[in-house]
Amino acid sequence: MVHAGAARAILAGMQRIYLDNAASTPLSPAVREAMEPFLGESFGNPSAAHRLGVEAAAAIDAARELVAKATGSRASEVVFTSGGTEANNLAVLGGSRARKELGRHLIVGPTEHASVRKAALALEDEGFEVEFARLDAEGALDLDHFAELLRPDTVLVAQMLVSNEFGSVYPVRQLARLTRARAPHALVHVDAVQGLGKRELSLGELGCDTLSVSAHKVHGPKGTGALIVRDGVQLAPILHGGPQERGLRAGTENPAGIAGFGRAAADAAAARPATIARFTRMRARFCELLDRLPGAKLLEPGTPRQEIMPGIITTFLPGVPASVRLHHLDQAGVLASAGAACNAKRKDVNPALLAAGLDAEDSRRVLRFSLASSTTDEELDAALRVIEVVHQQLQAVRS
Amino acid sequence: MQLPIYLDYQATTPVDPRVLDEMLPYFTEKFGNAASRSHSFGWSGEEAVEKARKQIAALIGASPKEIVITSGSTEGINLAMKGTAEMYGSKGKHIITSLVEHKAVLDTAKHLEKEGFEVTYLSPDKKGRISVDQVRDAIRDDTILVALIWGNNEIGTLNPIREIGALCHEKNVLFFTDGTQAAGKIPVDAIADNVDMLCLSGHKLYGPKGVGALYVRRRNPRVRLVAQMDGGGHERGMRSGTLNVPGIVGLGAACEIAMNELEKDAQHTSALRKRFEDKVTGALDHVHINGDVEHRLPNCTNISFNYVEGESLIMGVKDLAVSSGSACTSASLEPSHVLRACGVGDELAHSSIRFGFGRHTTEEEVDFAADQMITAVKRLRELSPLYEMVQEGIDISSIDWSGGH
Repeated sequence: MVHAGAARAILAGMQRIYLDNAASTPLSPAVREAMEPFLGESFGNPSAAHRLGVEAAAAIDAARELVAKATGSRASEVVFTSGGTEANNLAVLGGSRARKELGRHLIVGPTEHASVRKAALALEDEGFEVEFARLDAEGALDLDHFAELLRPDTVLVAQMLVSNEFGSVYPVRQLARLTRARAPHALVHVDAVQGLGKRELSLGELGCDTLSVSAHKVHGPKGTGALIVRDGVQLAPILHGGPQERGLRAGTENPAGIAGFGRAAADAAAARPATIARFTRMRARFCELLDRLPGAKLLEPGTPRQEIMPGIITTFLPGVPASVRLHHLDQAGVLASAGAACNAKRKDVNPALLAAGLDAEDSRRVLRFSLASSTTDEELDAALRVIEVVHQQLQAVRS
Repeated sequence: MQLPIYLDYQATTPVDPRVLDEMLPYFTEKFGNAASRSHSFGWSGEEAVEKARKQIAALIGASPKEIVITSGSTEGINLAMKGTAEMYGSKGKHIITSLVEHKAVLDTAKHLEKEGFEVTYLSPDKKGRISVDQVRDAIRDDTILVALIWGNNEIGTLNPIREIGALCHEKNVLFFTDGTQAAGKIPVDAIADNVDMLCLSGHKLYGPKGVGALYVRRRNPRVRLVAQMDGGGHERGMRSGTLNVPGIVGLGAACEIAMNELEKDAQHTSALRKRFEDKVTGALDHVHINGDVEHRLPNCTNISFNYVEGESLIMGVKDLAVSSGSACTSASLEPSHVLRACGVGDELAHSSIRFGFGRHTTEEEVDFAADQMITAVKRLRELSPLYEMVQEGIDISSIDWSGGH
């Protein structure tokens, strides 16, 4: 029996330490303040012509400017959605369907989020052919293989910018350039849900046509996201029923959520240099800890050829399976995850783990710690101590 | 009294402060991703969602397992109609709906027509109602879905849902109803009312915007839908995407309050409506109440003010927040498709306003609103040559406007 007491004592007097920020982040006070009027007095339907409607519509316009600025796009290019999943579905389904006369071939990145992967696979029923890009032996995106996949009838390429599982930063620009050269009809979609506030985003710089972002990953509210759609790019809507969002997304807008997203996106973009500096420093501290734990490894597939977004720290910790370790960490007040939350039920092995030399058994011992711009040094210190003590206790039980 | 007086409760409702109180903790301290299995923050999110699911189900007589959380009714409608069409399209390609549906249903139906489905649009009676016989006559061997609105969002007319549902079950056709305006306003019992699918929306029943639910029957018949949004497999695979926990908690709380206060709300709003209608019809001639006054939502009225132009009228009552029809189409100057379908001429349709009454509306507000309307209509009619002619006893319909050429 492991005694959680010693580990728990480390956090005496402290709140629990949340290191699962790649799954979701807490709302920031500034965001909450931006949302409050629209959950209270200013509750109008933005489509209504009266004063309350006009107020709500104005709030949406203001947020649209902020999200545009944070994503390096124009306000006219921002389509608000119910979140990252819908944004990815709109890009993949809507982009492909709008181009089905030009071709029916799709290329999907090797480690895409399920909302991209499964949306693409759902198109097989509509006569589309889906091929997957792959990682090379070192876990970097295999651009040579990708180039071979490109065809004149390729109508959509989907590649995430920052991996939610490892923080890997994929070479989207090169991928977009290759695509332009070999598949002139293809839209390039970039899932930048983990990139907002961590990478400089710009449709032009990345060379993509659509880009998805989500509010709740940057201290904004759940239930709101956006698809940035480059001016002139045609998509077939996936929700019918109203003229909202230029006809690309029917349904009464959620001004509270959208105003919150505007604030969150602006704050995340403004804080980006400081956030990255903080993450880099904290990642180094994590590495020091991992060096002290025999057999522990930091998983950075594809580095140094590929960059890593330092706020996602994915580790292999030998010993008990991740599920058991997570339980003990949780008991001691540290919250982390075994991978992307949406895959929490999935059992198969990630290709990036295979590339990192881990087998199915090892993959059950992978933990992801993900930081937020609000994570403090004090919290990190305490979390590192908890992780170390829990590790020692678990090892002691086994030996 | 705070201005403007809000009488646009069919477009959206304010969040009930009790609902907001329930939501707030989930914005800040309990913010976990409900799909996170690995830590307690995720579990508390999941628990909150399951509680809300029970509250939503209870309001409409469903079981929690039959509730699919959505981002709102537009998504619910799209999922129900396209999901059914895709799942049962091999069985038949015929869908029945009506001309008085919300735009989300009509647009989705149009989209399905492009996909090779055949859609019959039933024409309502003058009061906006669809009859069981009309549906019976329209059902064919290849009909897979009947989609009809329960309570109309523009005129409040209620369709005979229970009877139509029974017919659909007898004929083995799935029945979807847009319950966006009905849920929380009139008693809804998915089982007894023979409904197979029903959508509702948080912001129409004093909950937050951006969240809704689709009821999908699991027994007799068991309805299966093809997901319209793929991803992490949330909502039993029918609707992926990180669950909006605060929003869902708000929807749950709103449903519970609506269930507990359904009768009280209905009495309150229908009394206010009567007060309003009595005042307006008492003081003005040539006004016409649209819809079916016998079968009507308790909380709205739609009134045509003959011989005044609708836009000028709305501009003339700036202290009232009202709409000339559905908020989603109010930006356009097209006359309401609902009134048109009821046989109301474009002229009269243009002079129609919808008034919605809510949980927080007071008698004082209603009196103020009625006075404003009466004054504005009288003023506009003073400027109206048509009204003058009517007063002089000229039959306007007999006038040859072409000037005799």
